[in-house]
Amino acid sequence: MKFLDEYRDGEAARSYAREIARITTRPWTLMEVCGGQTHAIVKFGIDELLPKSLNLIHGPGCPVCVTPLELIDKALEIAARKDVIFTSFGDMLRVPGSRTDLLSVKATGGDVRIIYSPLDALKIAANNPTKQVVFFGVGFETTSPATAMAVYQAARSGLKNFSLLVSHVLVPPAMEAILSSPERRVQAFLAAGHVCTVMGFEEYLPIAAKYRVPIVVTGFEPLDILQGVLMCIEQLESGRFEVENQYSRSVRREGNQPAQKLVQEVFRVVPRKWRGVGEIPASGLGLSEAYAEFDAEHRFGVANLQVEEPAECQSGRVLQGLIKPHECPAFGTRCTPEHPLGATMVSSEGACAAYYRYRRHEPAAA
Amino acid sequence: MCLAVPGKITSITGDDQFSRVGKIDFGGVLKEASLAYVPEAQIGDYVIVHVGFALSRVDEEEALKVFEYLREIQELGELEVAAENEGPRPNQAAPESQLPRA
Amino acid sequence: MATSEFSLSCPFPIRDYPHVLMAHGGGGRLMQQLIGEMIAPAFSDTPLALQHDASTFEVPAGRMAFTTDSFVVRPLFFPGGDIGSLAVHGTVNDLAMAGARPLYLSAAFIIEEGLPMETLWKVVSSMGQAARVCGVRIITGDTKVVDKGKGDGLFINTAGVGVVEHAQAISPAQVRPGDVVLVNGDLGRHGMAVMAVREGLEFESAIESDSAPVAGVVRQLLEAGITVHCLRDLTRGGLTSVLNEIAGASGYAIAIEETLVPVREDVRAACEILGLDPLGVACEGRFAAFVPESESERALQIMGAHPVGVGSCRIGKVTDQRTSRVLLKSSIGAQRILDLPSGEQLPRIC
Repeated sequence: MKFLDEYRDGEAARSYAREIARITTRPWTLMEVCGGQTHAIVKFGIDELLPKSLNLIHGPGCPVCVTPLELIDKALEIAARKDVIFTSFGDMLRVPGSRTDLLSVKATGGDVRIIYSPLDALKIAANNPTKQVVFFGVGFETTSPATAMAVYQAARSGLKNFSLLVSHVLVPPAMEAILSSPERRVQAFLAAGHVCTVMGFEEYLPIAAKYRVPIVVTGFEPLDILQGVLMCIEQLESGRFEVENQYSRSVRREGNQPAQKLVQEVFRVVPRKWRGVGEIPASGLGLSEAYAEFDAEHRFGVANLQVEEPAECQSGRVLQGLIKPHECPAFGTRCTPEHPLGATMVSSEGACAAYYRYRRHEPAAA
Repeated sequence: MCLAVPGKITSITGDDQFSRVGKIDFGGVLKEASLAYVPEAQIGDYVIVHVGFALSRVDEEEALKVFEYLREIQELGELEVAAENEGPRPNQAAPESQLPRA
Repeated sequence: MATSEFSLSCPFPIRDYPHVLMAHGGGGRLMQQLIGEMIAPAFSDTPLALQHDASTFEVPAGRMAFTTDSFVVRPLFFPGGDIGSLAVHGTVNDLAMAGARPLYLSAAFIIEEGLPMETLWKVVSSMGQAARVCGVRIITGDTKVVDKGKGDGLFINTAGVGVVEHAQAISPAQVRPGDVVLVNGDLGRHGMAVMAVREGLEFESAIESDSAPVAGVVRQLLEAGITVHCLRDLTRGGLTSVLNEIAGASGYAIAIEETLVPVREDVRAACEILGLDPLGVACEGRFAAFVPESESERALQIMGAHPVGVGSCRIGKVTDQRTSRVLLKSSIGAQRILDLPSGEQLPRIC
């Protein structure tokens, strides 16, 4: 596949790794923001190629992981209703709520369907006029343009049986929350390449300046990540803290303007609770007034659901990069992919699940 | 997150910007994607597609930068090896890097 | 083997009964008619022989192999096959994995009321056809109909018996350090062919299911005297599942190289856009064979020369570490552990 395979070349990866080792003179801690990057790092074993003095922390860039417990519970309640077809991306189906998950709701008779695109939910709504179709809108800024278009089209065509359970979150506030934590260890960021494809990277300039951290907008293939790491190290070693763009084949400084425009029309910025982290102001998207009728929380009267987080789950500390998954006492014992305590163990992007699947805590035998 | 995959536009339908849909070829698999957010994209262009929406047009020139930089560091590596073979290494400062700048 | 062109001239009066009714499973005249005029003739030239409670047959001397399987694929028809041909190939392949020559199959249908009769006819014909090509006979069966809404169109359960005509013990317990892991072709076609027509995820491609019988190529290996330590067909869970099973059962770690695992470009692309790992995608005409290093070249030659072995290759080997892990050397040269996922792979956006 063009623009994919070339970036997975082993020889090239090793060359990049050698150069990183050559210029690294002391320990550094980097965070890759996006779950897709975490997935690539673990899947290709990129961290194995890096010098031991480099510490890669997996950030909270897993929108599935950070969806708050009560939103999952709201989803479960809506999905269980007889007149509802609940549509979602596949990632969300195994995320545990307080007592159950969407897959179990499906097993007990809920009409829960995996879809590829939010537009598919509109088609289902059009084909099932006697049912209410709800779409679980999860994702970062990468996904919100798609959800926005679905809502926009629903409004334009007067679709009465479609609504959205919104759980979109924004990356820069999360980065700031991590950087302003007194315990923070992150010294540089690999920013999320597809988030920045939509948003551009101007909003990272003040963050880099304020916290004096290099931020490199990075792609998702091994060579992208390695070049992104190299660019971070080059900055760290020379004391610079700028925003650079490694993923320039997709990311422009101003991002995707038509997408941003529609998102601004359909959504507004709201405070959002991040699972395991707590509420971060101005960190999420909610429907704007003009589109409020499409809000599933109001349509189904679940807006006031409150839930407590289980005490044992430390996914919040993992998401902030404060501990590694295997440092959580419940990891691999009371918390496994089969019996997850928190979303980081369920989601394929979750750091805990990635660690468990690839057993990073055990030395891989030669 | 953000599983987005590059593919080539093979055909386009739709009259106005928001209804433009492209049939995208991903290495032999064809799937439709909305081109609403890439009004400048034409047949033959590569786009990055996420959940049924093209989010950007791949800039083919920029795409090569990863490999141009790779060549530079590989050549540097060869120079170093050659220098080592010749005798004690002179004090070398790290070279100015030609990085894609923000 | 693709669903071949079979005659759609069904001997059963489809025009009178365009849909399956509860009565067709009721044991009365309608059921007799269905079996006698549609199902039995598709499976046998002597259809009356099929209409007893049990069929008898001569038992060859030596060891026998026995297997059972159920087929619930959705949709019922997919590029390269259908639930019927899948049922025959799947059962035949299970027997082949014991190194047995498949002989007889049973076929039990659980039909949802309202299933179009034409659909049933197509499936039944396809089964008959597949059985003939595989050289097996469907000699007994059952028919039940459940209320509308209580079944997913059609479920098929099979059982199969075969005869073991060699003296080798083929099981994970026979696997030894140094054994080479071979596969008989590229992976993931079946799973992605079904995904391609699964509602909500559809895409256009030339991917067809690899559903095919492998008993023939296995028999060739055994008749050539190749020492076969273990065989396992790659169905649900794909290669990942099989390797983990064998590593677990044998106790040894198995090391494979990602660059050696054959996956067609379009299958890989389909996996990329849905966020699936090709190593975990189901096949229906592929198996992994564990043979001693010294015999692996010859085994590959034999496999490669057979129609269902095109693209056979070596993907890794069994190590002497007693850790039961599956180790994967990634395409960029780093190593990771290939673990069993907890459930079905779900398409992801992340």
